[in-house]
Amino acid sequence: MSAVLPEKTDKAGERTEPVLVAEGLVKRFGNFTAVDHVSFRVDKGTIIGFLGPNGAGKSTIIRMLCGLLTPTEGRAFVSGTDVAKDPETVRQHIGYMSQKFSLYGDLTVMENLRFFGGIYRVPRKVLPERIRFAVTMAGLDGRENALVSTLAGGWKQRLALGCAILHRPPVLFLDEPTSGVDPESRRRFWDLIHALSGEGVTIVVSTHYMDEAEYCDLLALINRGQLLALESPTALKKRNLGGTLLSIECADIGKALHLLEGQPGLLDLAAFGNAVHALIDPARTTPEQLFALLSGAHVPVDHIVPIEPSIDDIFVRMVGEARESQEGEPGRRAG
Amino acid sequence: MRWRRIRAIALKEAIQIRRDTRSLIIALFMPFMQMILLGYGVSLDIKHLPTCVYDREGSQNSQALLKHFQSSEYFRIVSVLKDYREAKAALDADRCRIVVAIPQDFSQKLSDSGGSSVQVLADASDDNTANIAIGYAHSVVDQFQSDLARGALGFGGSPSLLTQGVDLEERVWFNEDLDSRDYIIPGVVALIMALVGALLTSLTISREWERGTMELLISTPVLPSEVMLGKLIPYFAIGMLDAVFCLVFAVYWFHVPYRGTLFALFLTTALFLVVVLGVGFLISAGIKSQVGASQIAVLVTLLPTSLLSGYAFPIDQMPPLVQGVTYVVFARYYVTILKALFLKGSGLADLMQPVLAMVAYAAVVAFLAGRAFKKRLD
Amino acid sequence: MSPALPPRIEARKLVKRFPGVFAVNEMSFSVGEGEIFGLVGPDGAGKTTVIRLLAGVMPPDSGSATIDGVDVVADPERAKQFLSYMPQRFGLYEDLTVDENIRFYADIFEVAPSIRDQRIGPLLSSFGMAPFQRRLAGQLSGGMKQKLGLICALIHTPRVLLLDEPTTGVDPVSRRDFWKILYSLREQGVTILISTAYLEEAERCTRLALVHQGVMAYCDTPARLRAMMPGKLLNVVSSQARDVQKAIASLPGISGALLMGDRVHVAVDDDGRRIPEIVRVLEEAHIPFEPPVPAEPTMEDLFLALLRERRTSP
Repeated sequence: MSAVLPEKTDKAGERTEPVLVAEGLVKRFGNFTAVDHVSFRVDKGTIIGFLGPNGAGKSTIIRMLCGLLTPTEGRAFVSGTDVAKDPETVRQHIGYMSQKFSLYGDLTVMENLRFFGGIYRVPRKVLPERIRFAVTMAGLDGRENALVSTLAGGWKQRLALGCAILHRPPVLFLDEPTSGVDPESRRRFWDLIHALSGEGVTIVVSTHYMDEAEYCDLLALINRGQLLALESPTALKKRNLGGTLLSIECADIGKALHLLEGQPGLLDLAAFGNAVHALIDPARTTPEQLFALLSGAHVPVDHIVPIEPSIDDIFVRMVGEARESQEGEPGRRAG
Repeated sequence: MRWRRIRAIALKEAIQIRRDTRSLIIALFMPFMQMILLGYGVSLDIKHLPTCVYDREGSQNSQALLKHFQSSEYFRIVSVLKDYREAKAALDADRCRIVVAIPQDFSQKLSDSGGSSVQVLADASDDNTANIAIGYAHSVVDQFQSDLARGALGFGGSPSLLTQGVDLEERVWFNEDLDSRDYIIPGVVALIMALVGALLTSLTISREWERGTMELLISTPVLPSEVMLGKLIPYFAIGMLDAVFCLVFAVYWFHVPYRGTLFALFLTTALFLVVVLGVGFLISAGIKSQVGASQIAVLVTLLPTSLLSGYAFPIDQMPPLVQGVTYVVFARYYVTILKALFLKGSGLADLMQPVLAMVAYAAVVAFLAGRAFKKRLD
Repeated sequence: MSPALPPRIEARKLVKRFPGVFAVNEMSFSVGEGEIFGLVGPDGAGKTTVIRLLAGVMPPDSGSATIDGVDVVADPERAKQFLSYMPQRFGLYEDLTVDENIRFYADIFEVAPSIRDQRIGPLLSSFGMAPFQRRLAGQLSGGMKQKLGLICALIHTPRVLLLDEPTTGVDPVSRRDFWKILYSLREQGVTILISTAYLEEAERCTRLALVHQGVMAYCDTPARLRAMMPGKLLNVVSSQARDVQKAIASLPGISGALLMGDRVHVAVDDDGRRIPEIVRVLEEAHIPFEPPVPAEPTMEDLFLALLRERRTSP
């Protein structure tokens, strides 16, 4: 996998050293290879999203970067420190937030913040000021003495973030940060993340929500322990899907699917409510031909339009390609 | 109720038990371990009991008797005393648990009347040990007496024993060998079955709650009674297997004589298992975590069964209030039955009372278990 | 949906309260034959609870629901014969094989053995699960587990399928396969109610309900919901996206400027009027940018816009 990183400059416009470096990272658990030769470099202030299904290896990579797991092979550096050699130093330079784990529901907002301030050994002099910042950032002014368990998801999440950055870590790891949060809170959360990245914090996010991926500067698509791609969401969406993606809106989706299935030049089909998404090979078929086919079979078509592929579409395509190159044969199957 | 669904659940449960190492260990290894542990380790037989002797006569006869004590595996003579004060001090200081005192006129009486007496002082702070020690002392003196009668010792007459404390007559009656193992092992079988049965079934429902399989199961038309029956069948089979194993082990390994009929044993054992499994199921239906359920299962079986079932500590020696409590301990009925079957060879007709008590118990438990398990999430 | 046919699923003013919250607050809806009805909303919105109420595994505090005409509240056991429920958490036995799980559920639903044996083969092969018949369910991947769940749910040919977030955490390829299966089931007349946390996935449903804080906020086809979207959306791509966002966020007529990687996602009331204004402001600030282009609203955009609208006009 060769991925060209976008050149990143900090505020002063100077080239900076990469903050996160992974070189041929491998992690095996017994016979199972959870992470398979993953390499990347991430510059200061970048938001990198690790995207992939559960069990793809996202959290294993993150745990290795945090110094919680030792790589079987390869090396990783956080701010220049080798994670395998000096995990303690690494841990002082990172913040970690996972929605499920970090906060104590039976402590108040303030007690949680003081606890994490102690854990991270934030100097007493600056702690009150940092706590105030975290409270304001989370929008919890006036609710400092509320029990955390009584807070709604969005507040908890922002408080967890506040706790994770009390010690001003240069690198922040967010594990599935927005699961269980309503869309509005999620957008607010991403505003905060972007603000932090603007201040030079490097942020690593893991998620299985493809739409969340669009908030990141850089996306790492992970499947079965392998890095399928590493580029910006915009660049990713411009990738060749191997054909043209069409949305065919019609009344009888079921019949349309039956008619289209197996047609020459049709690479993939999926039903979307009142539309069929069809990936076609433009050399072998055209929207007009499909229109004629459906109309001829008395399936009225409202319209056929080319559409921009989603990150999801790209992901599926790339997983398919990876399988083909591994198994040496096309991985098409009918549902 | 549909047999098809009951069978499906029973089959599923059986496969799961087969694939679950923990269940297999509890089902197969634990009874073996406990038979060994309780059969040997917690045996009430006391061996090499520290013993002091106070021989006031110092004759050939008295020395012969003391030799009998010394050669018996029950007693270990630790010192020879010179007066009663020393005897008291030795007992108080825990240097010995029992003092055998031979009177000055031991031989005199023996030759005069053909009988004499030996005094045994025991530390009754451990009532049980004292009783058993006195029992052993009896047998040693008996042995001495019969040896004397056979002329093995070369002189006539026979001593009798003057004992202190509790009358031992009843125990000795049904347990002539004075082997406390015979007395305890039938109770151990009950203890093991109660523990293993309740422990295994207590996990069966809570495991499904914990693993999330229950939510799907309760969304089907299966009836709670079908779930209960289906789950109990494989555990019943395991319980019977364990029971057979324990009973065979008791008879052929520990040589506890069995005097009752096999039919009575089978019937009462099955009944007891129904009660035990029902209790386990009831716990399981009430407590949704496996850890909680197994802890409660141990709590309601092990403690009451070992303390209050009469398996080792006779119920009629307990204070009246505690005796009342023992009626709630379901194992007491089975222990009563097993002891009667093993030691007395009673028939079913003699056992109607505990059998009916168990039937009533089974009915109550089944009723409660049926109500406790609800096909609802809250 | 033809109004002549009785609804396969009908909920009337369902209410379920948990301490301190209305998990489900007077939800009413009906789903007809051949629909794939989607419940969308964040975690805690009440999706799982309403599905549990419909599946008869949790009684409502008030209100009623019918599955294929049978009252779920009054006679849950009879209703359960016509439905299949897939809980959010994998509900099958991980220590049983694929085959054993299927047979178990066939027995529980009293499918005659001859019919069961006829069904298992085609189900396994059409789901691509035939090679894994003897594998323990616990050793299947997430996508395969969900397929097995669906096979077990289908073994008694239910008329209603209740699926609670069946695709969460499943890889995108398996998710597509899963949806293909759902569409073929729909062809066979199965009514499907599905909840999902993936807003983009919601577009695959034939009808969609937005659930928020226990209330069904909107309910319509994805296309019609989309048409309700107020205002327009623009994308402004820039190498200095952050500066773009700062410059335009507080302009009049702009209700949202969201930084997304190398672009800013802008919600405007009127694109014809606002685009020139944006261009002017950015040029004056000497921020490099590509010309704003109209963007299709995502389900998230839609969800947020509709909720905002609802809040302002009670």
